[in-house]
Amino acid sequence: MSEHDTSGVHVASVRLLLLVWVGLMFGTWLTVTASNVDLGSFNIWVGLAIATGKALLVGLFYMHLRWDKPFNAFVFLSAFFFLFLFIGFTLMDTAHYQPVLIPGYSPGMGG
Amino acid sequence: MSEHDHASVDGLAVDHHFENADQQYQSAKLGMWIFLATEILFFGGLIVAYTVYRANHPEVFVFGHHFLDKNLGALNTVILICSSLTAAWAVRAAQLKQIGMLKLMILLTMLCAFGFLGVKGVEYHSKWKHGLLWAGSYHPHEEHEGSAVRENAEGVGEEAAATSAAVKQMEAAPPTAPAGPDRSAIPPAAEGPAGLAEPVVEPVDEHGFAAEPANAQIYFSIYFLLTGLHGIHVLGGIGAFAWLLMCAYRGFFDSGHFTRVDMVALYWHLVDLIWIYLFLLLYLID
Repeated sequence: MSEHDTSGVHVASVRLLLLVWVGLMFGTWLTVTASNVDLGSFNIWVGLAIATGKALLVGLFYMHLRWDKPFNAFVFLSAFFFLFLFIGFTLMDTAHYQPVLIPGYSPGMGG
Repeated sequence: MSEHDHASVDGLAVDHHFENADQQYQSAKLGMWIFLATEILFFGGLIVAYTVYRANHPEVFVFGHHFLDKNLGALNTVILICSSLTAAWAVRAAQLKQIGMLKLMILLTMLCAFGFLGVKGVEYHSKWKHGLLWAGSYHPHEEHEGSAVRENAEGVGEEAAATSAAVKQMEAAPPTAPAGPDRSAIPPAAEGPAGLAEPVVEPVDEHGFAAEPANAQIYFSIYFLLTGLHGIHVLGGIGAFAWLLMCAYRGFFDSGHFTRVDMVALYWHLVDLIWIYLFLLLYLID
């Protein structure tokens, strides 16, 4: 491709920028439409999958990760790995003590 | 691709601690990506609060999201996607030394950012008007049974208030409590100081959803913290783009040095990315 020059800097073509924009708009329409279909507990996973598809479009093309050094993507994805650990361990912890909590309003937060 | 679609990184003098312009550019970029990773973790704390609370108390989120306007949320998503397009286009313009186009794209991006904040302002105003605010400031103007219970509980000493509210709810609950899908997935079954806890039944209004589950204010706390933190990032983005515009007018990008535009655009795309998830997590609960 002539889009790569010797110093490795990539210039995105207008056509590509507009195509990604169309994809993102379609994704937004799809998310809203999917949220109106009742799939039970499945809804959130469908929504997250579409959102992640949109995130990939933005990351790969608008943020140039597709043409970047892979290490940049690695750094970015590592943040999601640690977020996953953060959420996972906190959920495991709360799942253990939730059943023995006494229901009621949070102290000092009501009224 | 036309032949002039190449960019060089030689537009700026290389600082003495870099081998060459490319290394300088790649270092700036790596630094930016590390910053973006910390931003993900910055929002991560609030995302964890969201996940944990929604996993254990889905009814609070089902209740709360009915007060959010899905159309305004979708409008803001569209606005941010458009601003991402213009930001990416600004990088292209800077790379190709199209200064006029660069200024136009920066201006359009800022316009979208102000539009986003305007819509957000309309949304915040309607929450404010109806008293749907965070934590202790949560005073919905419509009288729900839940809030009445809490106002009664205020007469009691502070320590006993929470327990007393729970007891009153138990008394109010009819014995044939149907465990609807809106209920928390985890049954409260502990023997506490107030006796054996019974499932609390939320009164159902004419629309068929719970009038007000316990601790509904937590949804609004999480909503305001997440959208507020995101809004602050949008404000920061406006500042950064204003700085770029100033640089453009001073001729800083005439030499083809586009690193600054690239870095600000990366930041802006992240702000867009986060909103894509916030729109799903806060507005589209069903």
